[in-house]
Amino acid sequence: MTNMLLNILEILIFPGFIFLGFYGLIVEFVDRKLYARFQNRIGPPLLQPLADFIKLIAKETIVPAEADRRIFKALPVFALAAVTTAFLYIPIWSTKSLFPFSGDIIVILYLLTIPTLTFFLAGWYSTSLFATMGSVRTLTQLFAYEVPLFMAVLGPTLLATNGGNWSLSNIVLFYNTYPLYILFNIPAFVVAIIASQGKLERVPFDIPEAETEIVAGAFTEYSGKLLAIFRMTIDVEIVVVSALISAIFFPFFIPGNAVLSFLLFLVKTVLIVFISAALRSVMARLRIEQMVNFCWRVLTPIALLQILINLIMKGILKL
Amino acid sequence: MAKIVIPVGPQHPALKEPANFTLLLEGERVAASNVALGYNHRGVEKACEERTYIQDMYLLERICGICSHSHVTCFIQAVEEIAGLEVPKRAQYIRTLIAELERIHSHFLWLGVAGHELGFDTLFMYSWRDREVVMDILAMLTGNRVNYGMNTIGGVRRDFTKEQFEQISRAVDILEERTKYYIQIALTETTLLARLKDVGKLSKEDAIRFGATGPTARAAGVNKDVRRDDPYAAYSELEFNVITDDNADVFGRTIVRVKELMESYKIIRQIIKQIPDGPITVKAPRKIPAGEAISRYEAPRGEDVHFVKANGTDKPDRVKVRAPTLANLAAITHMINGGYLADVPIVIAAIDPCFSCTDRMLVTDVKTGDEKLFDWQGLRNYSINWYKERNIDFSKIKL
Amino acid sequence: MKGPGKMLPLVLKSAAKKPATVLYPYVKVEMPENFRGKLAFDSEKCIGCKLCMKDCPSDAIYIEKIGEKKFRCDVYLDRCVYCGQCVDTCPKDALKNTKDYELAGYKREDLKVDIGK
Repeated sequence: MTNMLLNILEILIFPGFIFLGFYGLIVEFVDRKLYARFQNRIGPPLLQPLADFIKLIAKETIVPAEADRRIFKALPVFALAAVTTAFLYIPIWSTKSLFPFSGDIIVILYLLTIPTLTFFLAGWYSTSLFATMGSVRTLTQLFAYEVPLFMAVLGPTLLATNGGNWSLSNIVLFYNTYPLYILFNIPAFVVAIIASQGKLERVPFDIPEAETEIVAGAFTEYSGKLLAIFRMTIDVEIVVVSALISAIFFPFFIPGNAVLSFLLFLVKTVLIVFISAALRSVMARLRIEQMVNFCWRVLTPIALLQILINLIMKGILKL
Repeated sequence: MAKIVIPVGPQHPALKEPANFTLLLEGERVAASNVALGYNHRGVEKACEERTYIQDMYLLERICGICSHSHVTCFIQAVEEIAGLEVPKRAQYIRTLIAELERIHSHFLWLGVAGHELGFDTLFMYSWRDREVVMDILAMLTGNRVNYGMNTIGGVRRDFTKEQFEQISRAVDILEERTKYYIQIALTETTLLARLKDVGKLSKEDAIRFGATGPTARAAGVNKDVRRDDPYAAYSELEFNVITDDNADVFGRTIVRVKELMESYKIIRQIIKQIPDGPITVKAPRKIPAGEAISRYEAPRGEDVHFVKANGTDKPDRVKVRAPTLANLAAITHMINGGYLADVPIVIAAIDPCFSCTDRMLVTDVKTGDEKLFDWQGLRNYSINWYKERNIDFSKIKL
Repeated sequence: MKGPGKMLPLVLKSAAKKPATVLYPYVKVEMPENFRGKLAFDSEKCIGCKLCMKDCPSDAIYIEKIGEKKFRCDVYLDRCVYCGQCVDTCPKDALKNTKDYELAGYKREDLKVDIGK
């Protein structure tokens, strides 16, 4: 009974819903502040993302007359639920996540695909011109970055299977026992960072939400509370993807000390956000067919190469 | 995907000023497009007929914020030609100096806007930060950051001191270094090149056929520049190159504009060295004798043409302004058709549109099919009657 | 040599430098000497020729007689375009531009000001 109560508290408060919400806002602040400093500007103060969130909740929510009311209102909630659930399977303060089970890495990747599908559906059900264009672009982009991202995340997994167990917690445990094997995964790290910019819809891959071309893409008709939830979803998605990348590619934890390991986790995610912000500031936005070309011709072969390297290494090191 | 009609404008994040581009899209490709203007029409040409020449200068200055000096100088040159005034050499040099500073200001602004349209906000922030250098110099010289008010009939209003010339020199040195950096970025940054090359193609024959002018035409290889072909102000005594490029696309226009910045720095340095001493203005009559004149000027966007007709009073009889953007707009549908939707903002931005300089209003009566050009009084009467029919009476409003 | 992210060195350097933003209104930038801001009027020098009113492009200045050879001057701050033509036209140098540019108000009536001393 107390175990179940503890689990519910963990899901709702820490490291679940409320912690993720606040950490997502802090990560958004770090991203925007870095972006501004890279451009020689000052940038927003610390509480700006929280102020934006509260302001959006206080505004009127307008649903277009031709849109399907129930789906229109339900989609943001689905998106937020999916990304928050994905966080429960990522190790934060030790090599074990909250609820590890075999195959949870696949579940994390699929849970991360759900927000993209909700963006598509949100644009489609809005029945407005710009929203339809944005949603079609979201799906096209999904077909481009999905394969390299999956292969890059699953490549290191190949090296690390302890007796055929595909749990993220086991992978982290494996790399903690043999830390030098991290170096084999560097190509996959590069591919994962680039493909994750596509998943998070940030420059150079922010084509679905290109402000100067299609106003706001799939979110054009969203306002008020629904837009607040969508934006929170994007913030939490940044946290989850950064946590996933840091858990797979540098999963170091200080054994026995949960507080220090947690701080190390915070440092690692902020480092990945720093790299994302730098990528965002130095590149222009690509066109959709250029992005698809790039992903299939450059990223996928590198990810395939990584898988090949890992298979060979597995044979050589007799794991 | 089925064909859909997307309106880009009048309100759209890609446009800095209202215009209506209606695009027929098949998937991501533009199959056909249509341009509709008129949202910025303010009745300036008619308003000029009711004000004196001196007041008209300030009205024409406010046609556009970035080409303000171009419009005033073009107008003043026409008026001085009708009145037969000989403007002193020092005034010509000062006019040229402000004109080149305005060109620098405009091209930096364009660089930022192009970056923003491409999603490259960093380029936008950095080029506008450098533009502040030029604007501070202009504020120091003329008293305002835009709308400089330097001209008067017969010369210029202010003279410059040696210290001001030193400051201009120093600013030009800083800007030249920054421009070299931007040239390097424009030539080597892969994401920029991927978005700019082979986009908005306009061949040399098409540029001549559509009547494009300015950097839009020079990027296609058309070697025309009013400063060299029909020299006005002090350009006949200055040495500079006319930049043309053979890539007939948006990349070519970028290269032309950035290299024109380097030429402007060269011209400014020559001006500072060669400027003669002397008076800055010559006495001009308030009543201009009857006559008409056409004056041409190389604005940052292309060739600006003004026609002025005087009738012996202190108010002009007719002022007609042909802004360069109108000439370049004719080529837009040709450049957009067949391209991608994603390229539409940058192609529109690449002609550096200034709709404030361009609009006219042509009213077509759908039932009878005849067209009528509205003048200012007609437009006022039309709108007063329209509101009276809806029981809104303007006579009680005190302005 | 072509490659992506060519602005990276500049961008990383700027992150460490002071930002180029001016924190207006906490920090105010001083305008240059001959800036064309709000007008100022010296009623001692004015002779009431009203040439400034004739040359104003927007009917923004109004000279009124208040006694023998004494005049006062009203300016509509919302009509004035701050061109400075009246300053140039005045034969007695009674008008000049100041550096004041913070001229906003809450009511239209507040924007008709008496600019004499």
